[in-house]
Amino acid sequence: MSQLSGIIPASESEGLRTDLAIIANWIKPDSKVLDLGCGDGALLAHLRDQRNVRGYGLEINAFNIETCVEEGINVIQADLNDGLKDYFADHSFDSVIMSQTLQATEQPDLLIEEILRVGAEGIVTFPNMAHWKARIQLGLKGVMPVTKNLPNQWFNTPNVHLCTLNDFELLCKNHGIHILQRTVVDHSHKQGSWLMKLFPNLLGEIAIYRFCRR
Amino acid sequence: MPETIADDSVGIIETQIIHFSEALTLECGKTLNGYDIAYETYGQLNADASNAILICHALSGDQHAAGYNSMDDKKAGWWDSAIGPGKVIDTNQFFVVCINNLGGCKGSSGPNTINPETGKYWGPDFPIVTVKDWTLCQYRFMLSLNIDHWCAVVGGSLGGMQVLQWTIDYPDLIKHAIVIAAAPKLSAQNIAFNEVARQSIMSDPDFCEGHYLEKNTVPRRGLMLARMLGHITYLSDDAMRDKFGRELREGKLNFGFDVDFQVESYLRYQGHSFVDRFDANTYLLMTKTLDYFDPAGAYDDDLALALKQTDARFMVISFTSDWRFAPERSREIVRSLLQAEKQVSYIEIDASQGHDAFLIPIPHYMNVFASHMKIIAQELS
Repeated sequence: MSQLSGIIPASESEGLRTDLAIIANWIKPDSKVLDLGCGDGALLAHLRDQRNVRGYGLEINAFNIETCVEEGINVIQADLNDGLKDYFADHSFDSVIMSQTLQATEQPDLLIEEILRVGAEGIVTFPNMAHWKARIQLGLKGVMPVTKNLPNQWFNTPNVHLCTLNDFELLCKNHGIHILQRTVVDHSHKQGSWLMKLFPNLLGEIAIYRFCRR
Repeated sequence: MPETIADDSVGIIETQIIHFSEALTLECGKTLNGYDIAYETYGQLNADASNAILICHALSGDQHAAGYNSMDDKKAGWWDSAIGPGKVIDTNQFFVVCINNLGGCKGSSGPNTINPETGKYWGPDFPIVTVKDWTLCQYRFMLSLNIDHWCAVVGGSLGGMQVLQWTIDYPDLIKHAIVIAAAPKLSAQNIAFNEVARQSIMSDPDFCEGHYLEKNTVPRRGLMLARMLGHITYLSDDAMRDKFGRELREGKLNFGFDVDFQVESYLRYQGHSFVDRFDANTYLLMTKTLDYFDPAGAYDDDLALALKQTDARFMVISFTSDWRFAPERSREIVRSLLQAEKQVSYIEIDASQGHDAFLIPIPHYMNVFASHMKIIAQELS
């Protein structure tokens, strides 16, 4: 999972990666949050310091865990593919976040169900496979897309369940999940121009969704 | 013998003994009219007595956690790798205390000390003590040092169980709980191993129903067997394979029942050396203490409920190849802590050394542990 964290460098000016900054703005102050695949804990540290948010991060990578502990983050070493049943009861959190991790899990659909079992709301970000650069590589060149956000080759990528905005929204529809908010950012994590808002599935490189049970 | 004392050693440390004259009623119902506690301290207590850390020892441990008692010591204290100036538990920052638990055999009142009421060795008549009795002793001991809380209580294995008990019994007197390679209670398999260890001691003809000291003897064979059995459960299959494989001590099979394989030689050595430093009655007693440990028992078997009151922040650490107290057992603790909405981090260290790993300075383990201790130190200032 966590091999993904750090793929996208933190924007130097703001400290927090833009997609994480967007997520942070969606989190209510004083709420209780679970961050699945929390990486180095940057988001949780930000939420704790700026919004008085309590919570835990789940992470599998030993080095990321060391960083989380250094930051004083409550981090639980766990494999998301084992689900959350081992640790968390129903309705334990206000929000459950999974940033840039969904596509690397074994059963994304079940994990999304788990997110809404333990949390009132879910927030998920993932790389959009229908971005025009990916479309060109697959459609014109006939090769599996390799982009800045998806830097691995087909044979060594941890991203085994890639999807598009349309795919994700169809999954939500079929699972009775209501999408509360959607935004896309481009490769530099800039939030969109009007064009990006008009054609998110073509121009958005990273999709960010906030959703709840319908 | 240490030729020189390393810069990051606490150096030569003297074990001290403090007498408590206040009676102590134990969980078993018996009362001790006064008792001794042997202890060591490392580092300096700060002005507001806020930097004290209690180290809890495991089954065969004692108060000598770090440094040397004399220049003649062959080995440093049992957790010297973690305690010292600049080490993970930094004695430049913290005042570190380790006591020999009641019933132990290194200076605290226990089976190998004299019962003042009879003038004879306590032997098998020393009452069975529980982890809860120990935390009460440790609490009284803390007050005797004019300390009103621990900034951390730290322990591995049976030591980790004491940490857990501390957060339950004195929920607001402990700021940080570090629970390493522990379990919320023993499994039937754990108890079974303890029972075989006890039987091997008690069936030794020299055991004399526990009165061996009066008869000037020691159940050497029984205690040695108990320790050999224990050692098997401390190591993993992989660790044994790495350490010994099927290596032969003399390079050939001897077609007899004496030592052929290195692993046999190792176990015999461990058994022999243990007999010289440990008391058989204490071993019996400590294994019972382990078996009885079940802090959730008093809370409808709900560990989360037992832990509800504490303000302590937890770090729980387990080791992948530990099968004595496997990671799953630590996860039970973590699950309860999460349920009780406590602050907790859980780290599963990738280690091949089995249960013993908690005493080994494995880099990832030490890094995480040190980072956490730094956060604790920051809270002091």
